[in-house]
Formats: sequence, C-alpha cells, structure tokens
Amino acid sequence: MMHSTLVPAPRRWQTWLAASAYWLVAVAVYFLFPRNLSLASSILVMSMFVLSLDLVLGFAGIVSFGHAVFFGIGAYAAALLVLNGYAEPITGALISGAFAGAFALIISPVVLRVSGLPQIMVTLSFAVILFEVANKAVWLTKGDDGIGGIEPLPLLGVFKWTAFGQTQFWYALGWLFVIFVVVRQVLASPLGLALQGCRENAQRMRFIGTSVVGKLTMAYVLSGFVAGIAGAVSTQTTKFVGLDAMSVDRSIDALVMLVLGGAGRLWGALLGTPIYMTVRQFAAQWNPFHWMFVVGGMLVVIVMLARGGLLGLVEQLRSRKPRGSAGGVHHG
Amino acid sequence: MDALVSGLTFVGIYGLSYGMILFLISVGLVMTMGLVRVVNMAHGVFAAFGGYIAVALMNSAGLPYALAIVLACAVAGLGSLVVERLFFRRLYGASELEQALLTIGLAFIGIASLNLLFGANVVSATLPAPLTANIDLLGRSVQVYRVFVIVLGFAVVLSLWYAIDRTTFGARLRACVDNAGMAEAVGINVRRLFAISYAAGSCLAALGGAVGAAILPLEPIYPFKYLVLILMVVVMSGKGQMMLAAAVSIFLGVVDTAGRFLYPETGSFLIYMVLLVYLIVRGNTLIHSPVVR
Repeated sequence: MMHSTLVPAPRRWQTWLAASAYWLVAVAVYFLFPRNLSLASSILVMSMFVLSLDLVLGFAGIVSFGHAVFFGIGAYAAALLVLNGYAEPITGALISGAFAGAFALIISPVVLRVSGLPQIMVTLSFAVILFEVANKAVWLTKGDDGIGGIEPLPLLGVFKWTAFGQTQFWYALGWLFVIFVVVRQVLASPLGLALQGCRENAQRMRFIGTSVVGKLTMAYVLSGFVAGIAGAVSTQTTKFVGLDAMSVDRSIDALVMLVLGGAGRLWGALLGTPIYMTVRQFAAQWNPFHWMFVVGGMLVVIVMLARGGLLGLVEQLRSRKPRGSAGGVHHG
Repeated sequence: MDALVSGLTFVGIYGLSYGMILFLISVGLVMTMGLVRVVNMAHGVFAAFGGYIAVALMNSAGLPYALAIVLACAVAGLGSLVVERLFFRRLYGASELEQALLTIGLAFIGIASLNLLFGANVVSATLPAPLTANIDLLGRSVQVYRVFVIVLGFAVVLSLWYAIDRTTFGARLRACVDNAGMAEAVGINVRRLFAISYAAGSCLAALGGAVGAAILPLEPIYPFKYLVLILMVVVMSGKGQMMLAAAVSIFLGVVDTAGRFLYPETGSFLIYMVLLVYLIVRGNTLIHSPVVR
C-alpha cells in the first residue's frame, strides 16, 4: 500500500493544474458554504494532522498508532499559553508545535528502535498512557470538562476572531498551505528521498552509509511538530480543547483518512480527510456504531481492492493508458 | 498482618482468575502470530461474540450454563473458519500495516454488528447458583466463580501443553512455527493446519469471553477495549510460545489487579508502564523486527 508504483509521471503542467484546482476549491468553500465554516476549519486542521501522519507512516514507514498524542500536546499547550497570558496566535502555534516536537524527540529512541507490531504497541501504549495522564491531571487539563473560553489575540493584531468562523477559516487554510509547502519541500529534498529509502529497505540504506535512525528521528520530530501545530490551530479556532484531542480514536480516524486518500502520497492526506469528514458529517445523526460499519467496510475494501487509496486508483487508471514518455517513480 | 494476608489473597485470586481469562482470550492470537504472522486486531471480536451468544442462549433460550458456553464456542469456531477463508488468506505475506488496517476494519464491522444484534448496553451474565456462593480462602471470602475460572484456566493450559507437546498434531504445529516453508516441503498441509489452529484459537477466545463475562463485562466496544491487553500478551510471549503466553497472562493479570488494588486512582497505569519498560529493554529482540534499526 505504501509503495510507490511505476506509472507515467504526470506532466508538470498537469501537477500544477491539479494543485491550483485543489486550493481554488478550498477557497471556493468559503464563498459557497458560509454556514459550514466551522466544519471546513476542522477539516483543514485535520488535514494538517493527517499530513503529519503521512510524513512518518507513508514516507518514512514508521507505523504510528498513537499520533494524536502530538496533536493533543499542541492543543493543550496552545490553551495553556493563552490562559497564562501569551495570546498571540501564530507564534503560539509554533511554540505549541515545538512542545509536541520535543516530546517526539524524547520518545523517538523507544519508538524508532522497533518496527512492525512492537512499533504499533509502543505508539499505542504511549497514546493510552498520555491520554490517562491528561485525564487524571485535572489541575492542568480540567480532565473530562476540557478547557473552554480560550481567546487568542486578533490575527496579526488586525483580524478579530468572528462568530461564524471567517477568520478561523482563513487562519486554518493559511496554516495548511504553509505546512503543505514545507512538507513538500522536505520530501523533495535528499532527506525525503532517504526516508523513502529507509521505508523500502533500512538495511540497504545502512549499507550505503545512511544514518537510518538519524533520518527517521528527523522525520518523527518534524511530524510531531506539524501535528502539534494542527492541535494548536484546533484549539485556537474552536476556543476549546478536550480530551478527545489526544484520544486513540483520533489516531485511528487519521489512519483511515490517510489510507483512504493514499498513504505515501503527498496529496493523500489532503484528499482523504475532506472526503472522510464530509461523509461522516452526513452520518452525524446516525447511531455512532452504525458509522463503524462504514469505516470498517472502507478499510477492508481499501486493503483488499484498492491498495494505495483513491490516489492509488487514479494511478492505476493512468498507467492503463500508456504514454510515450518514460515512466518514473513519483508520489503525487 | 491479617490485612496483608487478606490483601495478598485478594490480589492472588482475582489477579490469577483475570490472568486466566486473558490467557484464554489471547492464546489463539499468540498461535496465529507464531504460525502465519498475521497481526489480527479483530481477535477480540470472537471473544465478544462468544460471550454474547452464551448469554443470549442462557437468557433467551434458557439453556444451562455449560451447554450455552460450549455452543457459543462452537459457533465462534465455525464463524472464524469463514472469516479466515474470506479475508485472512489474502493477508499472508502482506505488510503488517496492511494486516493491521484490514483487521481493524473487521473489528469495526464486528463491533457494529454486536451493537446491532445485542444492543449498546453492557450485558451481564447470570452465573449458576453454585458459582455465586462464597467460600473462605486464607481468611478472605472469595466467590467460587473465581476458583472455577482458575481451575478451568489451568485445565486448558494442561490440555494445550499435551496437545502441543505430546501429539502428532502438536509436532506439526511446532514445525510450522519454526519453519513453515520447510514444514510444507516435508508434506505438512500448512494451510489446513493453520485453519484448524485458528478455529481452535477462536473457540478458546469465545470460551474466555463467555466464562469471563463476569470479569470483563460484555459490551459492543469489547474488542477494542481489551485489544491492548491482548496484544500485550502476544508481544511479550514471543512467536507461538503458548506456555509462555500463560505465564505472561497470569503476570499481567496479577500486576494489573495489584495496581488497581494498591493505587485505585492511578493503578491502571501500572500495566502500561510494565509494557513500556519491557519494550524499551527488549525492544530490538522482539518478534517482527527482522531489521533492527
């Protein structure tokens, strides 16, 4: 599922066209659905989070089943910053992200020395422990009640946060765009290629002199940083943070969104998240257990029939129509 | 002094019975992991189904306790054969992430079906009268049920030991765990062997779910609620080591019970701490780490 397939590389103008169309649609949402801006903002935030997961799981091959830990740390850090008098949103998000990145750095020696099932177990147990800590540390997190009424300063000192979420939407969209560009640059860099090498065959990467653990640590910390920013932006745009920010459910949700869009593909997170969350919004009135049929069915179908998610399907369609140009490995 | 003995008895009896249920539920997965290395996140579904079916047979059909449990195990075993044929055959040799994703999907579907069939509320099993009586054990009143669970658990451990160590089937099974390719080359039908042991594992999980319904309450989310515990047993037991799995289950059961007994507020952490320490110490020698980073 994570392995890039050999398909004709899309031409440069096609890539640019698709990318521009994507961001134009995102902007158009603002004008087309002015009543759903809070949902739109939460989709943007979640896309950022899923993108951070793609970085480690899709590209570096680190199986993280507890990624919401970083989202949660960022979310709580943002809330506590505001409560303690530091209310500037942009630097606040960066500082919160740094907390999450620091935590990723601390646990990375434990997470990165194993792979496969033990790695699933390590990340899962960190997730469960951190959730319980947040649940029990009521003096810091207010436990089950969550922290509400978080009022950051106006954006850039000018734009006040609005009741219908206009400022929040642009703020989240701006963050997603910036983060996306950063992640794209990182993945196109030698580091990004080395990460994919580690995913495909860590042993050979070692043979050619790559410090596998070093590269993976960089990816893990960057991913934690991005997830932390996503959590911070979630707190800042909803003025609230609760335990669900850290929950294992969120980690699993993010996994499903990622494989739906296509793990190991730059656009996988940005495609899977909006589709998943929009469908779930329609099913919001259902019994939550019925929704599990949809999620479960989706996972089964993707793994059995559509490895590579929606983007994988697109690639399959493209590779059926052979083109004159030479094929190449790509992710996009 | 009396309080100490009484406390130790409590932790011993409750931890041991809890560990036995844990063993019954997870031993099938230990076996599966040893044989075909499929990370089955949906294993708890069979335990939950076993429990629910047994309770339904008792409450609605009025069957006696033992018969209801035996029937529930049989249903779970047959059902697992279908699931194996439909889904798992495709997973042999797939990456662990794919296995985990597909089986999480199956677990979601299983949970949704449990809710659809049996409702969202916690279901409690009514134990037959002899099991609900209390007896005095080392100065503490203990429910007969707990003793029954421990005895049953040891009986299963013994029969498993006999089946694996003393029968031809067991010898074949061990051969497959050690080297499936070589076992196949000398004429062992690995696929069939796996299907049988998978069904047996699911039967045992159903037994654990049904007998343990008074220890691990039945609710639709059961397969996820106890997933981490089940996986803990698997990770700490190594590939296919069933006797080790029994020891690990009992250890985890006692540690968890002791944690909750001594520190009711924070005790539930203890078991995760044990796992983390274990993974930190043993991390790079664990199963499924062919490449040590």
